[in-house]
Amino acid sequence: MAGRAAATLSRRLGRGGGTVIAGHLVPRLAPQALREVTDSLPNGSIVVSGTNGKTTTTRLLSHVLSGAGMRPIHNRAGANLLTGLYSAVAQATDWQARPRGDVGLFEVDEATLPRALEHIRPRVLLLHNIFRDQLDRYGEVHFVAGLWRDAVERLGSKTTVILNSDDPLVAALPYGLTYGVEDTGIASARLPHAADARLCPRCGSPLNYESVFYGHLGHYVCSTGDFSRPAPDIAATSVELLGDAGTNLTIATPGGIIRATLRLPGLYNVYNALAAVAVCSALQVRRDVIARGLETFTAAFGRLERIAVEGRQLFLALVKNPVGFTEVLRTILAEPGRRTLLIAINDLFADGTDVSWLWDVEMERLQDRVNVAVCSGLRAEDMAVRLKYAGVETARIQVEDDLERALERAITAAEPGETVYVLPTYTAMLSMREVLQRTGYVRGFWED
Amino acid sequence: MSVYGDRGNVLTLVRRAEWRGVPISVCEVSVGDPLDPSEVDLIFFGGGQDREQSVVSPDFLRQKGAAVVQAVEDGAALLSVCGGYQLLGTSYTTVDGHELPGAGLFDVRSVPGPRRHIGNVLIQTTLGGPARTLVGFENHSGRTYLGAGVSPLGRVLVGAGNNGEDGTEGAVYRGAIGCYLHGSLLPKNPWLADRLLAAALRHRAGTDVELAALDDSLENEAHEAVAARIRTRSGRVRSGAW
Repeated sequence: MAGRAAATLSRRLGRGGGTVIAGHLVPRLAPQALREVTDSLPNGSIVVSGTNGKTTTTRLLSHVLSGAGMRPIHNRAGANLLTGLYSAVAQATDWQARPRGDVGLFEVDEATLPRALEHIRPRVLLLHNIFRDQLDRYGEVHFVAGLWRDAVERLGSKTTVILNSDDPLVAALPYGLTYGVEDTGIASARLPHAADARLCPRCGSPLNYESVFYGHLGHYVCSTGDFSRPAPDIAATSVELLGDAGTNLTIATPGGIIRATLRLPGLYNVYNALAAVAVCSALQVRRDVIARGLETFTAAFGRLERIAVEGRQLFLALVKNPVGFTEVLRTILAEPGRRTLLIAINDLFADGTDVSWLWDVEMERLQDRVNVAVCSGLRAEDMAVRLKYAGVETARIQVEDDLERALERAITAAEPGETVYVLPTYTAMLSMREVLQRTGYVRGFWED
Repeated sequence: MSVYGDRGNVLTLVRRAEWRGVPISVCEVSVGDPLDPSEVDLIFFGGGQDREQSVVSPDFLRQKGAAVVQAVEDGAALLSVCGGYQLLGTSYTTVDGHELPGAGLFDVRSVPGPRRHIGNVLIQTTLGGPARTLVGFENHSGRTYLGAGVSPLGRVLVGAGNNGEDGTEGAVYRGAIGCYLHGSLLPKNPWLADRLLAAALRHRAGTDVELAALDDSLENEAHEAVAARIRTRSGRVRSGAW
């Protein structure tokens, strides 16, 4: 197919994944291509949407399903708009448009979901969470919830809808299967400042929370009693967070208990794992296969990845919204001591053009915990001011707009053997990838 | 209500008071809580998502609106942003066409507009003397029109401002400021934070209190960096139908 040739060409030219060029060509060449190819997949398609965790959940699913003997086709590199879906399909088909896989696995941008569902009729639709992300693009969490409701109501009965019980915005949608955290030992009792939803999605009255896991995810009931958290079918009954090393998990499913040590840190990855387990349960993957998949999975680039550089460890974690950034901080600060940080904030379209959200991150957690924080990116100065008002000593805050020099500074500031925590926004992460590639530390990410 | 990082304004006021050894206590006023105008020296009223705003507004207008007006008349300082600014006007019209009375602190009226204005904003203000710039980020579909004789906060250099038509941004009445500037506003415009703090202290002490100077080099660098980015237009994103 011409789209595939263009993808190969663009990749050869070194223009990055090649995912976008193919995506722009294919809809014009064959507008039905996406539907025809996905309809022909013997194991159907899985569509994953949500603000946080799409990429990790999709990759985790791909890993587990591959372990179950399936051959997933998926859009890997966070290319989750319609063009990205087309190029994923274009690249995964041979010259006769026959798919080289047997199951579709697609992460889809929240606002793109309704249009994606016009092209893909999924066997499983996973709706993960709705947080405030890039408000300037989509407006409001309730707006996204409304889009999703319309899209879900148009789905046929062949789709199993899987929802996160702990997110009231998502749990109010019509569902077939739910997942959530039952272990309240790791919860706090009150909503954090940055919670994006405090009101009942049915009647608008305040929600009462018995437990909060993170952001607005927790155990809740509407103050008027007309809505409460649905009991999850897939439930994390025991969660033991091991700092940035990972998590010990016990998950109850309709088919029995799954125990696994996840090598991904943080509570948000517990949700990603639960979501993946829920999808696998719907597909009737064996429990031992699921457990083995969970245990052997490592993160996607920029999503809690470790790289060895100059005798130091680089720990990369994408930051893109208040709740996600706060959870990353909570995870990397779990063990005592000061941290060396490189925080790179851009304000391009894919990052969100409004950097106000930095003020909703619980940066105060960094008070007395910073060795050196190098601020970089197009909005480096905003980040530096944010740290100052969080109570980080100004002598420990550095501003270096150039990312490569910023990385050098952070590595120099760290002792040999120490970890440098690199926290970029989306486009800053792509630039970081380029820097690391240029310096030979990592391979291209479309190869993984 | 607080989205769009408006909490940064409160944090900035608190820190800048603490760094000078000025005692300050923050009282969060939520739906249902009464507000005693004699208790407050400085009021911050942020913006919210439409849904939150529809919950907050009837409660606000029942008791708090009058209390806020009273406090400002008595000399308290106030900063309101976006939804808060709109609710403090004489009236605002909801998206479905209902015109509702506001608290009437500012003689301004707000109506829904066909387009949402989104992007970085640069304005020039002569508030408190010399012409200075303020940087912020606007995200609103409501358009606000000033009544005759109302002073705007400033003139728009880049961005839409109150309504995208007359070049004004915000409104000022006594010690109260209303505007569309998120960002957060105060961290990158620290002199405005100090102006509000000074007014609050004057209200509390009944006499002018001098604020000790602080090292604002990081804040001013951030101001300059954003202003330069906005001036080259690269920082302006779009202002389109939504």
